[in-house]
Amino acid sequence: MVAKGKVSWISGPAVRAEGMSGAEMYETVEVGKDNIVGEIIRLTGDVAFIQVYESTSGLSPGEPVVRTGHPLSVTLGPGMMGTIYDGLQRPLDKIAEKVGSFITRGVTVPPLPKSKWKFTPIAKKGDIVTGGSILGSIPETGLIEHKVLVPPDHRGGKVVDIVNEGDYDIEHPIATIETKGSKDELKMYHTSPVRKARPFAERYDPEVPLLSGQRVIDTFFPIVKGGTGAIPGGFGTGKTVTLHQIAAWSDAKVVFHIGCGERGNEMTEVLIKFPKLKDPLSGRPLMERTILVANTSNMPVAAREASIYTGVTMAEYYRDMGYDVVLVADSTSRWAEALREISGRLEEMPAEEGYPPYLASRLAEFYERAGRVKCLGSPERTGSVTLIGAVSPSGADFTEPVTTHTMRFIKTFWALDTNLAYSRHYPSINWMTSYSGYSEDIDKWWVKNVDKDRPELRIEAYTILQREDVLKEIVRLLGPEALPDEEKLILDVARMIKEGFLQQSAYDKVDTYCSPLKQVGMLRLYVDFYREAVNALKSGVALSEIRALPVIPPIIRSKYEIPDDKLEELDRLRKSAIDSIRGLTKNKEVTATVV
Amino acid sequence: MSSKIGGIEYTQTSEIKGPLLIIEGVSASAFDELVDIETPSGEKRLGRVLETGGGKAVVQVFQGTTGLSVTGTKTRFLGKTMEIAASEELLGRVFDGLGRPLDGLPDPVGADFLDINGKIINPERRDFPTEFIQTGMSVIDGMNTLVRGQKLPIFSGAGLPHNLLAAQIARQATVLGDSEEFAVVFAAIGVQNSEARFFRRSLEESGAIKRSVLYLNLADDPAIERVITPRVALTTAEYLAFEKGMHVLVIITDMTNYAEALREISAAREEVPGRKGYPGYLYTDLATIYERAGRIKGGKGSITQMPILTMPSDDITHPIPDLTGYITEGQIVLARDLFRKEIYPPVGVLSCLSRLMKDGIGEGKTRGDHQDVSNQLYSAYARSRDLKALAEIVGKAGLAGPDLKYLEFGDLFETSFLRQRYDENRTLDETLSIAWDLFSSLPEEELTKVRQEQIKKYLKKEN
Repeated sequence: MVAKGKVSWISGPAVRAEGMSGAEMYETVEVGKDNIVGEIIRLTGDVAFIQVYESTSGLSPGEPVVRTGHPLSVTLGPGMMGTIYDGLQRPLDKIAEKVGSFITRGVTVPPLPKSKWKFTPIAKKGDIVTGGSILGSIPETGLIEHKVLVPPDHRGGKVVDIVNEGDYDIEHPIATIETKGSKDELKMYHTSPVRKARPFAERYDPEVPLLSGQRVIDTFFPIVKGGTGAIPGGFGTGKTVTLHQIAAWSDAKVVFHIGCGERGNEMTEVLIKFPKLKDPLSGRPLMERTILVANTSNMPVAAREASIYTGVTMAEYYRDMGYDVVLVADSTSRWAEALREISGRLEEMPAEEGYPPYLASRLAEFYERAGRVKCLGSPERTGSVTLIGAVSPSGADFTEPVTTHTMRFIKTFWALDTNLAYSRHYPSINWMTSYSGYSEDIDKWWVKNVDKDRPELRIEAYTILQREDVLKEIVRLLGPEALPDEEKLILDVARMIKEGFLQQSAYDKVDTYCSPLKQVGMLRLYVDFYREAVNALKSGVALSEIRALPVIPPIIRSKYEIPDDKLEELDRLRKSAIDSIRGLTKNKEVTATVV
Repeated sequence: MSSKIGGIEYTQTSEIKGPLLIIEGVSASAFDELVDIETPSGEKRLGRVLETGGGKAVVQVFQGTTGLSVTGTKTRFLGKTMEIAASEELLGRVFDGLGRPLDGLPDPVGADFLDINGKIINPERRDFPTEFIQTGMSVIDGMNTLVRGQKLPIFSGAGLPHNLLAAQIARQATVLGDSEEFAVVFAAIGVQNSEARFFRRSLEESGAIKRSVLYLNLADDPAIERVITPRVALTTAEYLAFEKGMHVLVIITDMTNYAEALREISAAREEVPGRKGYPGYLYTDLATIYERAGRIKGGKGSITQMPILTMPSDDITHPIPDLTGYITEGQIVLARDLFRKEIYPPVGVLSCLSRLMKDGIGEGKTRGDHQDVSNQLYSAYARSRDLKALAEIVGKAGLAGPDLKYLEFGDLFETSFLRQRYDENRTLDETLSIAWDLFSSLPEEELTKVRQEQIKKYLKKEN
């Protein structure tokens, strides 16, 4: 007999139930006649406060509340890739098949498809396995080999039976493990509670960059595999586009995109665009490595709170297979607002701007689930989860609580700037206020794998931008004509770098993705141009002559006129820039000799 | 609205505060349930359950609590949530903010009764909006293109001509190569009588009134009704779009009044406030209105939303425009300095955005150079504004060469591209060719946002 309580009070997504003795914190319950899913978030005596994941419209006091005995969990197994889930891991396409184009209440659909999968065993009869060990492999999509794992909380033991290669559905037992005389049958899937991080063996230091193909990110404000980053910005600063670019082009193996309290059309855009975009390495559709979790702004607010945890737990599962996973959450501010709303309904004492006092610790817990780790079990493998959270500060004010707390727990900060966005400088990442704590950690990687000059070029280019920032203040007071030619040159070159390097169009076929080699090549192009121009000024060439050089527009256009497979043209352009500046100097010398 | 009465009658009111009525001894009431209220003098009012439990129900009274008393007020729980009767008969009609006829005709007979909270479109079933709507306004078509199924608000200020602009758009909007007309659903939330009359007249003059439904909650109507008006209007729009396959343009004015009504209720409930006293759930609540736009896969109709809001003190960082901007797909911002210069439409284009523009334009949809032209206009105009600020400090003498050209470009942009007459309906080709005319005033090497082949094709060289 299941323990049953009954509803005693309702206010929006918050419900109080009586007769709940024995219930546990964060246990899931089914509320009311429609069996709406909820989660216990406070217990007082036999009264439980429940946050309910669907609309409570029409729910009355006295309706039953049934305990399920387990915490909110996700089901992890093959068939997740390419799916769009809601915050409770219900596939939205299956919901649509069942109830049509509009989401109704109390729909139950299985998270994993019932189809058969081709399973190839990796562990052998007689092997000793532990929690997290790989039992076998399934080709989940053209891009992802799904590894079937022993559940991480399993005590392990000896494989006494494992099926041969063949097609099985997910309910078919595939292996039997014996520990101290007792036998466990394992299937292709297991469940994992969402509010608890999945265990791993050991955490590694960050040293491998997560490349996004976005110049301003990879070159100036990089993030690493297993790192954390935040991207705050007012509305219209291009947060979503930047996140979509990272999701599309990052060199992670698996991508999670959590639409947490954002627009419905944005999820639709990913669903339509990603199947058409090709992975730059394999040429397969990007959707084959992408999982979406959508809890749009008009969907129930409590499920928005859960969607972040649902997503990160699934991400950790793919990490445990030995993959590099990147998870983008858009937007953590909406998630924080969900916390605030529930907290307000429970009449908890608020901290700043009505947010609950535990906002900071919840954010910290979330970002600490990132990391590059040695996975549990055998064979030995490394996986990572990189967490990137969008922040939507109210009034684009970076001193509001969600932004300030987030900054404490992340290492890469991409500050989006309203003024840059207004002048259509995209991505509108401000190069003076953004930062990355990983730059030095990954210099070694760039030197070894791409170009030995890269650290030096990067610093020189960044110095030009920094000096321009200072000079801008003087120009603001006195006008540009007040500066000497050497300083005007800095303004000019900084403008070229801004337009030709920092700005990158997400909608241009060539410019949307920039390979590491092209990034260094372009950096060298601008830095060499600057070095030559400084020399030319010293030998008496006028700045106006340099400004009039016909080579400048092609330099700025090189980002979209020179594709990745024709990088030699970049070098040719650089040489012709050097030659034409040296040509000016030579003319000067000739004239000088004549006089 | 149905007036079917059911359920139990209660007479035990324990407290009345602001728009709220607290009823005791309630044995069965559901969250969000509709309540019939009878004042001691026999007048009927309508309310909705905001909170229920422990024998107590908190009811929000739409027509306000004036005249209600703790003794003698009768309440009856109706056992259903708020619904409206939806049918095509609604077209051409005028209703109040709760959906009751104002035009002297009888209550509409509904083919369907629909919950005013609507249903959530499954994101997987949404169809991405890609059809270009030509509004005939250069600044919108050229630089902030509207597409079918988009939600694009107008951020205005007190006294700025947002109504003129919205009416002009409603009149001129067409989809190229498509002869279907828009149906217009108009929701007035706490606006002045004259504004409502202006819209009505504008729809009558263009003949669109036959294909329009008007919901009017005017400035002197009960404030609490305002939280219902947009929902009633959108329910009708959804019926017309998704059941009847029509293309519906929804104009909602003024969302600031809506948010204020919400704040009033929240304050009466003694909720912990977020910013500026607005409830912490303002974002979520606004989203349940704005997200009711779009298209559905396999369906013919669409809902395009154009909400209008006035920014208190022209402050775009105020919570109402701020949260709206995070939900809608862009914004058209009106600027007071342009209005003072007598430029209509006074669109402060640098802070405007249409997020869906890129998908509705380009080769095969509008023109191959559309995006690049827009980028170039933005970048050049932004530069001209920067230089203008600079020139005010250092004087024109402190600027040289191309900088002076940019200053001139800025003025040309405002007077020939932006400025339009109320009845001027420009085609997209006209809009783009004005832009290319403007580009010819700049040195060619400054045109870095447009491609070489487009420069060859479109740029008129000056001799």
